[in-house]
Amino acid sequence: MAPLVEVQGLEKRFSVGGAWLRGRRRVIHAVDGVSFAIEPGEVLGLVGESGCGKTTTGRLILRLIEPSAGRIRFEGHDLMALSPPRLWATRQRMQIVFQDPFASLNPRMRVGSIIAEPLAIYERAGATERRRQVSELLDVVGLDPAFAERYPHELSGGQRQRIGIAAALALRPSLIVADEPVSALDVSVQAQVLNLLMDLRRRFGLTYLFISHDLHVVLHMSDRVAVMYLGEIVEIGPRDALYRAPKHPYTQVLLSAAPVADPTLRRERIVPKGEVASPLAVPSGCRFHPRCPLVFERCRVERPLLRQVGAGHEAACHLNDARP
Amino acid sequence: MALLSVEGLRTHFATGAGTVRAVDGVSFAIERGEVLGLVGESGCGKSVTSLSIMRLVPPPGQIVAGRIRLEGEDLLDKDAEAMRRVRGARIAMVFQEPMTSLNPVFTVGDQITAAVLAHEGGRRRAAWDRAVEMLDQVQVPSPGERARDYPHQLSGGLRQRAMIALALAPGPQLLIADEPTTALDVTIQAQILDLLRRLQAERGMAVLLITHDLGVVAELCHRVAIIYAGRIVEMAPVARIFEEPLHPYTRGLLRCLPHPSRFGQPLSSIEGAPPDLRGADAGCPFAPRCPLAIESCRRHEPALAERRPGHFVACPVAVV
Repeated sequence: MAPLVEVQGLEKRFSVGGAWLRGRRRVIHAVDGVSFAIEPGEVLGLVGESGCGKTTTGRLILRLIEPSAGRIRFEGHDLMALSPPRLWATRQRMQIVFQDPFASLNPRMRVGSIIAEPLAIYERAGATERRRQVSELLDVVGLDPAFAERYPHELSGGQRQRIGIAAALALRPSLIVADEPVSALDVSVQAQVLNLLMDLRRRFGLTYLFISHDLHVVLHMSDRVAVMYLGEIVEIGPRDALYRAPKHPYTQVLLSAAPVADPTLRRERIVPKGEVASPLAVPSGCRFHPRCPLVFERCRVERPLLRQVGAGHEAACHLNDARP
Repeated sequence: MALLSVEGLRTHFATGAGTVRAVDGVSFAIERGEVLGLVGESGCGKSVTSLSIMRLVPPPGQIVAGRIRLEGEDLLDKDAEAMRRVRGARIAMVFQEPMTSLNPVFTVGDQITAAVLAHEGGRRRAAWDRAVEMLDQVQVPSPGERARDYPHQLSGGLRQRAMIALALAPGPQLLIADEPTTALDVTIQAQILDLLRRLQAERGMAVLLITHDLGVVAELCHRVAIIYAGRIVEMAPVARIFEEPLHPYTRGLLRCLPHPSRFGQPLSSIEGAPPDLRGADAGCPFAPRCPLAIESCRRHEPALAERRPGHFVACPVAVV
């Protein structure tokens, strides 16, 4: 079966500075040559720390931000080659759920109108039919249809995130980019929303690109996981392989640094040196080398490429060359 | 005698829409050199508890009942000037957002120097050297140069370290750390947790760690108090909380978290939402969400009782 989404050599450069009193213009490579595919019905997790390019990657795939280079195929279409009307039509099939349910819902609109808006924009249904679908969507995300009359400020964080999910589902998309969908929520509510996303995936055969800084949440939700560092994917592979046998030191560091609420799982901690380099001054060779506990000479000069380290499992680290 | 003991603390906020009982009968003690975690979700009263200890509750909040004793002295009896001498010198505080403590228009070195001079006096030159030494102790690289930086010139992780240096410069007996690593990336969080653990052990300082993150608790705390709707519902040594949680809320919280043994399986969740703190309902605040609730839970508020040595639970139904 063809992948639902296929991304090749995706790049995004932002230029910064150059304005009054701000010095010369410089270029940030937010996403620098990212490639992956997502099969229909699959959940691909994208994990990394602030500024690694995970959110930009999610938005590039929807062409909410224009890529600087690279190819994106979605349901067999080359998204970069689509005319604006065709892109507009294709967008119905790809939706996004945002992190902050406080910022992403229009405070002046009732919940019912927020959920019905995509249906109205794409002229999918008349007013009566839209009302019926809103009730159905509210039910699907576990809320009482009476919520349609409320305003976002009357709702809790978890309820707002359910509204954001209902609006994303309204046009029956095949792909949902979930960008930190539970990061703003308390743990008890977080569990409810994660369970809902899993249910919806089964019910509607959805495909997710699930983006989060929280490695345990990503591992929980995903079939496969991609780890990003400074604009690149440094490791990608099946969830269990990546968790049990990570092949990139950065993945190992992330796994060991994430606190686990279980003292019996306390493991040898590998704490990386220093902080993430500025994307304005990307280190030579391997971008992780200044912080890497296993760095050696070659890492400073030669940029490692992703290579196969197991079934469907790739990592970009010179150490894997030494292994058989 | 405990270093700090809080007894029956109630801090309420009189609002137009009714009195919000943010902290409603909280009691605990911290021994010298102990790290106590105060854990709960948004709005449970954990931060208001810490602000109450510092007597920094913002209006319309008011401490309406209770005792807060530091080495036996009741902080609630102190006048403003005496309280000012407690803050910083004996109890220091660090926050999630370092810019809450750091002044953007002074260099970090100047700020730490000012703290040293205020608490110890002496000459400015010596105080500056102490400030640089403090930055070195919190592992700021090239501390002499960084001391001359303004807070905005530092990265998030370095700013957090500078704030910790500022808090620890006067040598407090108790550090209140309110979500100190919540805004940080996980690798920087690991560095700051290691730093706090080392400084705590070296100085024999007590720490009250306020957090929503049970993972951080497992890494750092000796003892844990779980707080819900302004009340402590369970308190125990850290290993017991994770191995044998007794309160249904604590059990629920732990089961909500993704765990390596259950990746991909549905998480158990706590249905419903925390109660409106304006209500003055009798009974256990968790009863409406509790899978074990029985009729009496809705009528009588359970008291925190020692069900095992050192393990306190406010639930008569919990199976020990």
